[in-house]
Amino acid sequence: MSEASSAPAAKPPVDMVNVQINGTWHQFPKGTRMIEACKQVKAEVPHYCYHPKLSSPGNCRMCLVEMGMPPRPAPGTEPEKDEHGFAKIGWMPRPVIACANTVSEGMGIRTEGKLTEECRRGVMEFLLANHPLDCPICDQAGECRLQEFSVEHGQGESRFREDKTKKPKNVDIGPRIRLDDERCIMCSRCIRFCDEIADDPVLGFTERGTHTTVTIHPDKRLENNYSLNTVDICPVGALTSNDFRFQQRVWFMKETNSICTKCGRGCNTEISARSDTLYRQTPRENNDVNSTWMCDQGRLDFHFVNSEFRLTDPMVKTGGKHAIASWKKAIRTAADALRGLNGEEIAIIASARMTNEELYMVKQLAAATKAKFLDVIPRNGGGDNYLRSDELNPNTNGVKQILGIEPGAQLDTIQRAVRSGLVKGVIALGENLVKCGFDTESLGKLTVLVSAHILANPTAEASHVVLPVNSYAEKRGSMINVTGRLQRLNKAISSPGQARDTWEVLRDLVLEISGSNGLHSVDDVFKRLAAEVKCFEGLTLSRIGDLGVQVLETTETVPLLEREKERKAKGVIVG
Amino acid sequence: MASVEYLPGKQPHAREHRMIFRNVDRVGWDQSIETAIADGAYEMLKKAVTMERQAIINEVKASGLRGRGGAGFPTGVKWGFIPPTNTKPVYLICNADESEPGTFKDRYIMHQDPHQLVEGMAISAFAVKASLCYLYIREEFPHAAKIMEKAIAEARAKGFLGKNILGSGFDCEIYVHRGAGAYICGEETGLIESLEGKRPYPRIKPPYFPAALGLYMSPTIVNNVESLCHVKHILQMGGAEYAKLGTPNNTGTRILCVSGDVQKPGYYEVEVGKVTMGEVINDLCGGLKPGRSLKAIIPGGSSAKVLKADEKYKLKDGRELTIWDIPMDFDTMAACGSMAGSGGVMIMDDSRSMAWVINNLNKFYQHESCGQCTPCREGSPWMAKISDRIVAGNASPDDVDMLEQVANQIEGKTICAFGEAASWPTQSFVRKFRDEIKSVTKTDLSGKIVNEETKLAVAGLKA
Repeated sequence: MSEASSAPAAKPPVDMVNVQINGTWHQFPKGTRMIEACKQVKAEVPHYCYHPKLSSPGNCRMCLVEMGMPPRPAPGTEPEKDEHGFAKIGWMPRPVIACANTVSEGMGIRTEGKLTEECRRGVMEFLLANHPLDCPICDQAGECRLQEFSVEHGQGESRFREDKTKKPKNVDIGPRIRLDDERCIMCSRCIRFCDEIADDPVLGFTERGTHTTVTIHPDKRLENNYSLNTVDICPVGALTSNDFRFQQRVWFMKETNSICTKCGRGCNTEISARSDTLYRQTPRENNDVNSTWMCDQGRLDFHFVNSEFRLTDPMVKTGGKHAIASWKKAIRTAADALRGLNGEEIAIIASARMTNEELYMVKQLAAATKAKFLDVIPRNGGGDNYLRSDELNPNTNGVKQILGIEPGAQLDTIQRAVRSGLVKGVIALGENLVKCGFDTESLGKLTVLVSAHILANPTAEASHVVLPVNSYAEKRGSMINVTGRLQRLNKAISSPGQARDTWEVLRDLVLEISGSNGLHSVDDVFKRLAAEVKCFEGLTLSRIGDLGVQVLETTETVPLLEREKERKAKGVIVG
Repeated sequence: MASVEYLPGKQPHAREHRMIFRNVDRVGWDQSIETAIADGAYEMLKKAVTMERQAIINEVKASGLRGRGGAGFPTGVKWGFIPPTNTKPVYLICNADESEPGTFKDRYIMHQDPHQLVEGMAISAFAVKASLCYLYIREEFPHAAKIMEKAIAEARAKGFLGKNILGSGFDCEIYVHRGAGAYICGEETGLIESLEGKRPYPRIKPPYFPAALGLYMSPTIVNNVESLCHVKHILQMGGAEYAKLGTPNNTGTRILCVSGDVQKPGYYEVEVGKVTMGEVINDLCGGLKPGRSLKAIIPGGSSAKVLKADEKYKLKDGRELTIWDIPMDFDTMAACGSMAGSGGVMIMDDSRSMAWVINNLNKFYQHESCGQCTPCREGSPWMAKISDRIVAGNASPDDVDMLEQVANQIEGKTICAFGEAASWPTQSFVRKFRDEIKSVTKTDLSGKIVNEETKLAVAGLKA
């Protein structure tokens, strides 16, 4: 898109067309939807039913705009030109929808002006006529398109003096979702999502006219693993999440861009929190990773962050009992104990859920302790034909790049060595060993068991030194997803109690064991990574940006994205 | 062909030109294929399959036939919209969802002369190269569906349908599909959706013009029952000869379905534009009821704008017409601010309350709005509720003006033409009969709470 207002009318390059929007001429690729063209030149067109990732039914009528084309000149005559040399536009008496129509050469669009304004005011009035206006008790309030466009395009007072149409309220349509039909504006986004994206067509309309009701088909439930996306795309408060319902007012929450760590996909997310409590996670658009969607499992996997089982203080075991200790004492105790062992007696069990920066520090720790054994716990399974990856660890690629190991390759050996007593010291980082094939009995026989955890668990209980660390929502860092994309976690809330970032804890441990290392911030660690590991070359944490950087070539594709590309190529969706 | 005798009391008026309705109410006539063949049925199909397809389309274009379903779009032009590069199958759909209030012509064709329609469909299918035809019959015509099923089976047995029709190598099947009782299924894209087994939500145009992206996203021609029957006669007479019937650009005959306050309501097949409104009322229908005077006419089905009895219409060509002089054609009717539509002429005399009429129409559109797009879904019940209050004497004069404003907010802003169909009656009735409608309202209700719900809520707040 480029501005061509001052230049004389030139034949646009192939596949580009000249379009006048609110009096100014621009160029757009052929096939661009009018609504997208307007958006590109900051003439946003309000809409409800249109969603770039779904088909366009054109049913809300909110995006009606004034449109015109140059009239076909009479035979033998030249069309009349405007001052820029473009053919004068003959404006249509009727508005057209901007969502489903594409731009064409010489077209004129007016997103302002009497006709467009009348249309918007009319549609707003109609949408609110039978709406319950229960904003004070509606979860959507604050992020509701009805509210937003009502302020921008509606009128202050209702002229509707009739009884409203009554519809079902508080309908249980699935384990995670609730439906309020009176709030629904029948945009059909949820129905189209279920049909087109989730391949689970369980929603539909019933009744007709003003009684039209979105409903779940008989004996069906909206319970697919992507169901909560319907709540995100619902422009009003008709669909609400059972998990988030009545929990928090959206305007009180602070949003932080991050990524989901539930599987190897690394869906881009927005974490919403208020005063150090997480309330929800929602997908953030990234067309190389997750489009605008994410799975329910990943989305709801944040409650542990606010859990009462969070470890908040470093602890050192004396006389078989854990006692709260200062960080200094805990680190020193761990370092002293580890120094007493030689490398062949030490195993480090790290995690492929750790960030790249943390893994770098693991490598430093392995070097400092000369640990012979180093591995991470592999996790697989549960992949689907949409977004979920079969790789359940979010940073397996980081492990391979930074530690240079194949997850799980040494695990058997380590378990045997622990059982046989060959290994006397274990450092467990973020993994509950008891759940990973280690038995409590042999862990109990270890001379040193140092562990860093987010939540209290049997391994922590068995540890001599317990180091409380931050969850993904409390730290910055980076991970490489299954498709080889380097993405960034951001700190959404502050740490509970004395918990610290894992990289910092490891830095202190390494420092205590081996002396200075000059790392003062997570950015310093990333600088080292950039210098030492090829795939990070030339990057910094901030340069990764909110959408990530492709750093590895993989053969992995995302089934959902592949299908979206197909539909985009067919022109069904904007993409 | 033998001379035609009609049942006693059912004889056509001398001003009529019976072509499509030639066999309706005919003595000795039944729906069997034998009767039809004895009368020359399927001869035109035999002729058609020996013709070039384009030649048939050219004849239809030359005839000037305009669709009889409501919009009056030239049938031949519609057929020409199938993309020449098309490689997908073409479908022909006969729209027998005759649900426009005031219209009752297609049912008689199907009830009394089913083979005329089967032949018309087969010829048209051959012309547009459609091997599959659907006859979409509304739910309220169960009898017609049975008759058509039987007629299709008979035609099939005689080799007029099925594989290799009359040795021409052309295959054609007609299937009857029954609607489920929705006015919107008469809208062609709604009908197509319904035929596909979905809710009859009309499609957005562009991109879904049926001639290119219709049934199953293939080129589809949707024609009215009467239009398809005309094709047979066009072939019989030749397009040019057919075009001599009626008036220029308004050719052929059409069936007027007259209802309301006249002596003899009923169906009358006349040459388009050759009969005026006054002649329809006074000659064909035997005049108004005794002692009554004309008040208003809806000339083309309930969606057409109303014509007021004392109106004068100035046309571009300088003619000035009264309501009695309007010829029953497409173009003059449009020039007079209404439309010939589906041919449903509703006559209202001075005994009718216009507030009641508009309430009745609004209730119909409220009930039939499909609910897909906002203005129609929310606007049509709003109009019905306001007019309900007007009739109940629970409205202020402002409400009458608001009724019109609500209609204005619907018109031109919807996916399909239902928006216009629902808003035109209200707009025209309010504009033309504002004083009368306002006369049943109460000025002291202005700005007052008039609905039970709000009254309760306010009472609750006070308590």
